[in-house]
Amino acid sequence: MANKAVLMQGNEACVEGAIAAGMRFYAGYPITPSTEIAEQCALRLPQVGGRFIQMEDELASMAAVLGASATGMKAMTATSGPGFSLKQENIGYGCLAEIPCVIVDVQRSGPSTGLPTSPAQGDYMQARWGTHGDHPVIALSPSSVMETYKLIIRAFNLSEKYRTPVIFLMDEIVGHMREGIVPPDPNDLIINKRHISYRDGANKQCYAVPEGKYVPAMKPFGAGERYNITGLAHDVSGFPTNNNAVAGALYTRLMEKIDRNLDDIVRVEQTMLDDADTAVVCFGGTARAVMSAVLQAREEGMKVGMFRPITVWPFPEKQLRALLPGLKRILVVEHNYGQMVLEVRRAAAEKVPVDFLGRMDGTVISPKDILQKLRETEV
Amino acid sequence: MPSELVHKFMRIDHLPHIWCAGCGNGIIMRDVAVALQELIDDPESGVSREKTVIVSGIGCSSRAAGYMDFDSIHTTHGRAIAFATGIKFAHPELEVIVLTGDGDCSAIGGNHLIHAARRNIGLTVIAFNNDIYGMTGGQYSPTTPTGDVATTAPYGNFDRPFDIAQLAAGAGASFTARGSAYHARETTELIKQGIQHKGFSLIDVFSVCPTYYGRKNHKGGAVEMLAWQKENMVPASRYYAMSEEKRRDKIMVGILTHNDFPEYTQQYARLLERAKKAK
Amino acid sequence: MRYEMRFSGSGGQGVILASVILAEAAVADGLNAVQSQAYGPEARGGLCRAETVLSREQIWYTKVDRPQFLLALTQASLDKYAQSLAEDAVVMADDTLALPAGVDPARALRLPILATARDKVGKIMTANIVAVGAINRALGLFGEEALREGVRRHIPAGTEELNWKALEAGTALIGDEAAGRFRRPAL
Repeated sequence: MANKAVLMQGNEACVEGAIAAGMRFYAGYPITPSTEIAEQCALRLPQVGGRFIQMEDELASMAAVLGASATGMKAMTATSGPGFSLKQENIGYGCLAEIPCVIVDVQRSGPSTGLPTSPAQGDYMQARWGTHGDHPVIALSPSSVMETYKLIIRAFNLSEKYRTPVIFLMDEIVGHMREGIVPPDPNDLIINKRHISYRDGANKQCYAVPEGKYVPAMKPFGAGERYNITGLAHDVSGFPTNNNAVAGALYTRLMEKIDRNLDDIVRVEQTMLDDADTAVVCFGGTARAVMSAVLQAREEGMKVGMFRPITVWPFPEKQLRALLPGLKRILVVEHNYGQMVLEVRRAAAEKVPVDFLGRMDGTVISPKDILQKLRETEV
Repeated sequence: MPSELVHKFMRIDHLPHIWCAGCGNGIIMRDVAVALQELIDDPESGVSREKTVIVSGIGCSSRAAGYMDFDSIHTTHGRAIAFATGIKFAHPELEVIVLTGDGDCSAIGGNHLIHAARRNIGLTVIAFNNDIYGMTGGQYSPTTPTGDVATTAPYGNFDRPFDIAQLAAGAGASFTARGSAYHARETTELIKQGIQHKGFSLIDVFSVCPTYYGRKNHKGGAVEMLAWQKENMVPASRYYAMSEEKRRDKIMVGILTHNDFPEYTQQYARLLERAKKAK
Repeated sequence: MRYEMRFSGSGGQGVILASVILAEAAVADGLNAVQSQAYGPEARGGLCRAETVLSREQIWYTKVDRPQFLLALTQASLDKYAQSLAEDAVVMADDTLALPAGVDPARALRLPILATARDKVGKIMTANIVAVGAINRALGLFGEEALREGVRRHIPAGTEELNWKALEAGTALIGDEAAGRFRRPAL
C-alpha cells in the first residue's frame, strides 16, 4: 500500500531516512540549525531499539560515533558550521582508520558564530578539505525534503561500501523547510550491509584487500578478531608503521578507493540541458531558486538548464566536461562568496566562461536575482 | 624469552615497545594484563577476552593499546574516553578499558573525563600519570608539580597540579583509586576492582618518566624515582593506620571513592523498555 | 500558480505553528505545500515570520518575497511586512492594531484574534489556532477534515478539545460576506 503524503521538515526527513537506512546510534551536541535532528533522534531511536546520547561537546560526539561504528553499528552525528569545524580532526581519523559513519552538516552563515539561523553554503570547501592531510571524501547534498530522506540512505550505503565517513551537506533552507513527502516503502529501499569478512575465521591482516579490491572488510569489535585500529599510518595488520612504502601504499589505496569508483559514487541532476547554451550550476537548497529562474528564463526564450551536483564531492567533473561543447556560458549560484565555482572553473578549463552569483548576508538568493544575472550576461 | 603472560596477551610481533628504558608505563601495562588474565581465568568474573576492548588516546601511555592482543583502538589526542563511550553505549556487553595519560585525560581530554564520570558509564579508565608530556619531549602537564621545570617551563612551572583521582571523584565517578608503578601488586588489584565495578571507574596510576621529568628535575633515574614512590606512597591499609600528622606528607595508594550509583547503559536499557511500551 | 502566505508576530505567539498547520492541511487536501520560517535568537519576543507556499504544481523556490496573504499579530510585524505585499494581497491583523498607510482597508480584515483566544476560548496561547480558523474560512482554503488533520498532527495529545474550540471560534469571526470577498484565487 502506498504511504500517505505527510508534511515533514528537512531535518526530520534526515532522521527518518537514516533510521530507514539502519542508523541505530546517534551522538550529538545541540547547535542551530541542526538541533531538530538531535531532538528527533532522541525521540525516535529508542522506539526502534537504537541509541541516542547527547555528548559533552562536538569532538566527543564525533568520537563516540566512530567508537560505535567500530562495534558494527551504523552511526550518525549532526552539526552546523562551528561544530563541523570542531569535528574535523576525528573526521580525518575516520578517513584514515576507515570507519564508516555519516556526518550531517546543516550549514549556516559563518565564519565563527556568524548568523546562526540564516541560510548559507560556506562549508562546501570545508567538507572537502576540513581535516588536515590528503584524504578521501564523499559529500552529498540534498535540495528537497524528499531527497533528504532518500539521499541520507545513499550516504549510509556509500559509507558502508567504501568504509569512509560521508558528509551529508545540508543547508538551513532544506533543513528547516517543511514540505509534503511520501515516505518510501521500506521494502523498496536498497540498504547496504557492512562487508565484514573476505574470509572465514580470524587472521591478523585486518586491513588487507584482495587483488583488485580497494576496501578492506571490517569485523566489528567484540567478534573475536582482536585487531588494532589507529590514526597513525598503519600496515595491513592495523599496527602503526614508519615504513614509507607501506604508508604510501595505504594512502594511495585510500584515494583510489574513491577515485576508481567515481561512476558509482557521483550523481548529478541535469535538467533542461539537452538544448541549453547556458548551464546554471548549484547545489543543495539553492537549486530551488535556480529551478524557478530556469523555468522563467525558458519562458523568456533563453536556453537555460540546471546542472546540480548531488554528489558534491568528488565534484562531477566528467559530467560537466561532457556538457562543455554545447555551452556558451555557465553561471554558478551559491550562498557563499565563491566555492563550488572554483571547481567549475577548473573543470571548464577556460573553454566556457564561468560567471558567479553569490551571497552570504543571511538572505536567500531569489529567482529574480538569478534571472537578472542571466539577462545581464546573455551572449 | 617473553613470559607466558606476554606471549598470551601481547602482540609479540610488535614488541619491543617504544618506551624508554626505565619508563614506568611497561609496569602499568603489565598490571593491566595481569588483572585481565586473572579476571578472564575466573569464570565468575564475566570478563572474556573476546568481549574486551582496549581504547587509548595519544601519548606515550596510549601506545599500550596497540601492544595488547585484544580488540584495540588507538584514537585521537584526548578523545579516548569519548570513543570508549561510543563503544560501550553501542554494545554494553563489552568490557571497555581506557589506557590514557595525564595530558590526554586531564588536559586536552579533561571534558570527556568529567562527563564520563558524571554519566557513570561503565568504563575502566587507567591513567598512566607521569607528570609530563613525554611523547613530545618533556613539556609540563596538568599534573606537573608546581615549581618543577619542563621544556615549556624553563623558569619553573607555577601552575597548580591536578589530582586526577580527586578530579574524577569530584565529577561523580563511582569508583576512583590511586596506584603507582612501584606498587604493582596493589595496583593490579585496584585495576581488577575497577573492571569489575559496574559504573565508571578511574585508577590514577603514578608512572615514572626518568628521561624527561626525572632528569630535568634532578629526581634521579628510574630506580630513584621508584624508590621515591616506595617511600612516599602508602597502601591504604597502612595509610589509614598512620597518625594524621604522619599522613600529611604521604600519598595514599588505594580506593578513594566506591559508590553504587546507577550505571548509564543499564539506565538506558530501562529507557528502551519504556520507549517500546509507549510506542 | 503559487499562493504565497506570510505569518508574522512576536516569538511565542505560535505564528510558525499556524503556518505549519496550514501547510499540513494543504498536504492532507492533496495540494503541494512548502513551509519555512525566519527568526532571531529569542525563543520569546522578537520579530518572527513564517511562510507557506501552496500550489497544484511542483513548488521550486521555497521563500516568499511578495505574499498574497499576510497575518500580523503585532504592530511591529504589521508595519514591517505591509511594505512588501503582492498587489491585491489580503491582510489579516488583530483588531488592536492600526493599519499602516499603503494597506487597502477594503483588502484588510481586522479581527479580535487575541481577544477571542483570551476571552472566548479562555487561553491567549490559542490565538494562532483562532487565526488558522479565521484564515481558512476567509480564504476558503481547505475542507474541514483536512484542516482538522493539520491541527491534530501538531498539537499535544489531550489538547484537542481546546483547539477545536479555538478553531471554531476563529471560523466564526468570518461572516459569509467576508468569506466571499477574500476568497483566494484558484490555483
